[in-house]
Amino acid sequence: MLNTFVQVIRRDLLLAVRQKADVLNTLFFFVVVVTIVPLGIGPEPNLLRSIAPGVVWVAALLAAILSLPRLFANDHADGTLEQMLLSAEPLTLIVLGKAVAHWLVTGLPLTVMSIVFGVAFDLGLEETFVMVVSLALGTPVLSLIGAVGAALTLGLRGGGVLTSLLVLPLYIPVLIFGSGAVGAAATSVSYSAYLLLLGAFLLFAIVLTPWLVGIALRISVE
Amino acid sequence: MTRTTAPRFNLYWFSSPQTFYPLAGKLVPWFAALAVILTLVGLYIAFLVAPTDATQGESYRIIFIHVPAAWMSMFLYVVMAFWAAVGLAFNTRLSSMMATAIAPTGALMTFLALWTGALWGRPTWGAYWVWDARLTSELILLFLYLGFIALQAAIDDPRRADKAGAVLAIIGVINVPIIYFSVKWWNTLHQGASVSVKGSSMATTMLVGMLIMALAYWMYAIAAVLIRVRTIILEREKRADWVRELVAKETLK
Repeated sequence: MLNTFVQVIRRDLLLAVRQKADVLNTLFFFVVVVTIVPLGIGPEPNLLRSIAPGVVWVAALLAAILSLPRLFANDHADGTLEQMLLSAEPLTLIVLGKAVAHWLVTGLPLTVMSIVFGVAFDLGLEETFVMVVSLALGTPVLSLIGAVGAALTLGLRGGGVLTSLLVLPLYIPVLIFGSGAVGAAATSVSYSAYLLLLGAFLLFAIVLTPWLVGIALRISVE
Repeated sequence: MTRTTAPRFNLYWFSSPQTFYPLAGKLVPWFAALAVILTLVGLYIAFLVAPTDATQGESYRIIFIHVPAAWMSMFLYVVMAFWAAVGLAFNTRLSSMMATAIAPTGALMTFLALWTGALWGRPTWGAYWVWDARLTSELILLFLYLGFIALQAAIDDPRRADKAGAVLAIIGVINVPIIYFSVKWWNTLHQGASVSVKGSSMATTMLVGMLIMALAYWMYAIAAVLIRVRTIILEREKRADWVRELVAKETLK
């Protein structure tokens, strides 16, 4: 069983390495979105420092949404997905593997890149640290919840826009507590509650979403 | 040939679209009439009988519209998710049609709650909108309704639309307790609940007026949903013999 899980991750990572442009575009999108904000509202350091967590988190949300169609669309197009649904191995495990691979190529690079933005927006050491931790806990939740939306809208016309319409409202709690943690660190309030809640979201999502994605995929492919 | 009269009282008898369609048709006028009567009585109490509030003055009277709408917006979501889940679990077409029929009314109630809340917030808080936990979670509820409607509209195959919508509706249920408890969990601007099972902190006439308005909304929602579900039944079953016979009879009249 563990072998299936590892194989799914390996396969998706291999595919990602072979199509580097897809992966890099998501990261590039994240960087560009965060970069245009100071250009739009002016280089006032205090203002930028106070909005930095929100900007980084919103950009991470948008980047995650943008990368969602890749999760199942290719497998659906070439028939691999049907084989996965027919497989004797548990579907939840396969789905979880795909979500983990998706996070490794989208969420993880964003999390690492956010360190640079911590410096660029002149955040303190502690705030940058909290931002990285909150993204490390929160972005996997984005991949997992997003997988449900991607599975529900698989193969529909206008699927991309529809996915964001379905998934963004469900992302709001993650956004609130993610940027809230950094905001709390900035005002020297205890931020551990925010991070603990994000961790709870993550555990909750790991348990529930693969099962929901499995149901959604069977609905979409039948 | 199917029988068209119920053998004896049996709830499952009405779980088929063919038998439910005429029943819904008979029920609609009753619920619609009750909605009109209760609204008139409720509004009479709200504007002419209920006393002026000691702290909020006359502007508080919007709660007679606002609170029932907010209650219904949450309640209808749970009912919608319930029917969607029944449809998903037991593969009953009528349950899924009910869920689809409830969504627009629920979205309307949510919008009404937000809109009247904004109008009430302006004189009381000095702002149409604040990013308070209760307001934000209610806004998310509106997005969930709209997402449900948009997802079902995007899928051509009605059975797939039913099931996909059901999964989304079930996930969204998580938001309802968040809205309900938001005023307790986060100590924010929106005032706490004045009415609970244990009793209420309002004047009796105010409470009576509000409960009558809530009943009126309830009756309206039932009537509107039944009308909508009848239309959905006709649309989806248009190839069935009984619908053809029905339409033929209607056109001859």
